[in-house]
Amino acid sequence: MRVITEEDKCCGSGLCVIAAPELFDQRDSDGVVVVLDETPGADRHDAVRKAVAACPAAAIRLARQ
Amino acid sequence: MSNQADELRDLPFPRSAPMEPPVEWAELREKCPFAAVRLPSGDRARMLTRYEDVRKVLTDPRFSRDLARPDAARLTTAGDQGFMNARRPGVDITDGPGHTRWRRLVGRTFTMKRVEGLRPRIGAMVDELLDAMTAHQGRPVDLVPNLALPLPVGVICELLGVPASDQGRFTEWANQMLSLTRYDADEVAAGRAEFAAYMTGLIAAKRAEPGDDLLSELISVTDAEDGRLSEAELLATSMSLLAAGHETTASMIGKMAAILLSHRERYETLLADPSLVPAAVEEVIRFDAMSEFGLPRYATETVEVGESVVEKGTTVLLSLQAANRDQSVFASPETWDAHRGDNHHLGFSAGAHFCMGSPLARVELQEVLAGLLRRLPTLRLAVPAEQLRRREGLLVGGYESVPVTW
Repeated sequence: MRVITEEDKCCGSGLCVIAAPELFDQRDSDGVVVVLDETPGADRHDAVRKAVAACPAAAIRLARQ
Repeated sequence: MSNQADELRDLPFPRSAPMEPPVEWAELREKCPFAAVRLPSGDRARMLTRYEDVRKVLTDPRFSRDLARPDAARLTTAGDQGFMNARRPGVDITDGPGHTRWRRLVGRTFTMKRVEGLRPRIGAMVDELLDAMTAHQGRPVDLVPNLALPLPVGVICELLGVPASDQGRFTEWANQMLSLTRYDADEVAAGRAEFAAYMTGLIAAKRAEPGDDLLSELISVTDAEDGRLSEAELLATSMSLLAAGHETTASMIGKMAAILLSHRERYETLLADPSLVPAAVEEVIRFDAMSEFGLPRYATETVEVGESVVEKGTTVLLSLQAANRDQSVFASPETWDAHRGDNHHLGFSAGAHFCMGSPLARVELQEVLAGLLRRLPTLRLAVPAEQLRRREGLLVGGYESVPVTW
């Protein structure tokens, strides 16, 4: 599984960072999402799904490789 | 269905009690998800109340936030001078690429990291306010002037670099900016001009003598003259941050106290387990039902939303709070539940215009609540909840006063 984010859609809410701090951060310069681990292990898929659901701009998705 | 949809309803809806949602919300969600409504200005719009519909419009760029258009509904009795309807020459930050440019610029201030960095200072400010409140006052004490208003005003003033001595002046300006029916067009325009003159003076002073604050940072961006922020946008941004930055959080602190203390078992749940504070704050925001009509958008194209077709040129009102009570998304929506999981409420909106200050608002609300629980475990309302006085005539609702004792 791969984490895909769309910078253009990102609204900088930081909700992905709250949902999964080990997987997401924000760029210091503008608050846009930064993925810390693009291919997280199976044990982290639930955390990614939480972040996907929490994102108010639908800027994160989880794709098969 | 068509009869229901064509029936014209006047906003704001009547309420049985200040805290209670209008009965119309449930009725519209159920039977009339695209209701025809008449605004206080006399103009007509459509109101959306279902969660999925509201979220769809918020995240669809074909719906514009720019209501300074000749055929957009005017929201307030200030007409063309009112909130979101007033023209702002030279300001291109409302929609599209201009908005994205602006978000990226201001976004750095509201990252989780930056805001978490402010938490200790915000906690200390809460403590100072509670010290003063408990030491010098008789009881009951009104939470609004003693805590709900001074905390967010103090926070946004420190962040922007606005002198604390001027704090008393913004509330009236912010109220004029966010008037629904309280002020007429001339008063709103005059208030905006005074606010703008004050801010222009402050920008000049900061330009001469920069500080370590957001306003100085934005001034240096403007002075780089690289297209990131014009002088008019600098002024509009600083006014919006100052007004929106405290008005909404201030009213939410009062509403939070009322929600938790009107059913004191809610407060007791949090006393027993303060680790619930962050979830409780989210649930307070979901549960709040005091806004009159939510967020407006203008359809730049004809768009299908749920069962309805929104014609190009329609102004739609998105009732975030009716959406937050949608039982297809929230189980037992009329129940306040600190243990609610996956609370994806729309209280901070969604999509490109998602509330930029939400991380700051969250930390302020969390620190206020944690402070109250820690310092005032016996806190209770000093009047029956039904007797709390609503603020009337303003877009940001909430209470005039929240008398408490302990």
